[in-house]
Amino acid sequence: MSNPQQLRYSKEHEWLSAVEDGVATIGITEFAANALGDVVYAQLPEVGDTVTAGETCGELESTKSVSDLYSPVTGEVTAANQDVVDDPSLVNTAPFEGGWLFKVRVAEEPKDLLSADEYTEFSGN
Amino acid sequence: MSTAPRLTALDALHRSLGATMTDFAGWDMPLRYASERDEHTAVRTRAGLFDLSHMGEITVTGPQAAAFLNHALVGDIATVGAGRARYTMIVAEDGGILDDLIVYRLGEPGTPEYLVVANAGNAQLVLDTLTERARDFDAEVRDDRDAYALLAVQGPESPAILKAVTDADLDGLKYYAGLPGTVAGVPALIARTGYTGEDGFELFVAPEHAEQLWKALTEAGAPHGLIPCGLSCRDTLRLEAGMPLYGHELTTALTPFDAGLGRVVKFGKEGDFVGREALLAAAERAETDPPRKLVGLVAKGRRVPRAGFRVTVGGTAVGEVTSGAPSPTLGRPIAMAYVDAAYAAPGTEGVAVDIRGTEEPYEVVALPFYKRRK
Repeated sequence: MSNPQQLRYSKEHEWLSAVEDGVATIGITEFAANALGDVVYAQLPEVGDTVTAGETCGELESTKSVSDLYSPVTGEVTAANQDVVDDPSLVNTAPFEGGWLFKVRVAEEPKDLLSADEYTEFSGN
Repeated sequence: MSTAPRLTALDALHRSLGATMTDFAGWDMPLRYASERDEHTAVRTRAGLFDLSHMGEITVTGPQAAAFLNHALVGDIATVGAGRARYTMIVAEDGGILDDLIVYRLGEPGTPEYLVVANAGNAQLVLDTLTERARDFDAEVRDDRDAYALLAVQGPESPAILKAVTDADLDGLKYYAGLPGTVAGVPALIARTGYTGEDGFELFVAPEHAEQLWKALTEAGAPHGLIPCGLSCRDTLRLEAGMPLYGHELTTALTPFDAGLGRVVKFGKEGDFVGREALLAAAERAETDPPRKLVGLVAKGRRVPRAGFRVTVGGTAVGEVTSGAPSPTLGRPIAMAYVDAAYAAPGTEGVAVDIRGTEEPYEVVALPFYKRRK
């Protein structure tokens, strides 16, 4: 697998798109999706919610376990991916594309986000 | 104390297939190869191939082998015919379940030999307990855990797949029967058993033959849609089929009657057996004043109950989930749970599962969740 160069990454295995008009798209990495197994239920933050970098904002449930979803940045949620709510397997099949989870109007981002190369080294994948 | 996990004879093969491995009862086992839902569906609709070499094989021989097993186990093993198998249990003196077992009767009439298959996590305890209970019998208890690898082919296509690699009389092999034969050129005990709710076979072979057999089954199965399957889908398959798993639905704190499996206890058999007195009382209690009953739960929503979660009615705990998972066949989360008898009837209203602080509505149903069409 390869981690797209244009994204940045958190150590909780989320990815963050380039910020456009103040808004970034967030998802989980292919490494994280593979570790979870088949995702069967996604509870995403709602539009208007405030999310905080490094804090939980939802959950992803797979066959064997449930995992907290963390936000890599602080800000206000502007969109949640209804396609993933309807078909959570998108997180497995297209984690970097159709399986995106939510969008945030970024108020603050932590300084320790990783580049693609750094994340690849961090995750070993 | 931690020890290195045990590896099956197929370990390198699993890794070459890209399996995600997991520790299970001290063994490093395939959890899944790719998508566990695809693996589940393959077994329900076509066929799946499993490595179950972690299961614990114990051989019992000797003139009093049958009488000994009748004493040591709750079932009537003496009535198991040659080439047949029986689902049974071993209990403590107080009736608590030590393990659930399948006993195969092998050998020629007159010189019966029994193969006892225990769960991996209980195999040492079962071996020790059987050895202890055999003292007053002319019977031998032998640890054969290292003598066997165990492969399973499960699913509606499994007879067709197996027929391509063996001349054994599979049509004459009934459910819960086993016969020695040759499969893909290697000697095997061919058993029509499984833990998936589908037709299928379990093949006990020498570990050095496991890889050859796996490859032959993979090749013979390819035109039928057979894929390798891990323990993750084995768990959802058995859960849908309402089959108990030791450590979840079965524990030392429960008797077979508490688990709704009193039918495996044969009071009418010849000779006394360990746990008899306690089980008579347990049978009486289950009839007149059952503490809790094992039920099925089907979610109205999409959040998944897990083992240990509380079952509630109006915010009050009335039971506990023992196994839970998203059911690929039903398309909803399902669970098995022990609940107070008052709430155990299928269709009981107002039952919920406390999923991380939220009461999620669930429907009480009869087990199993899934039954194959014969």
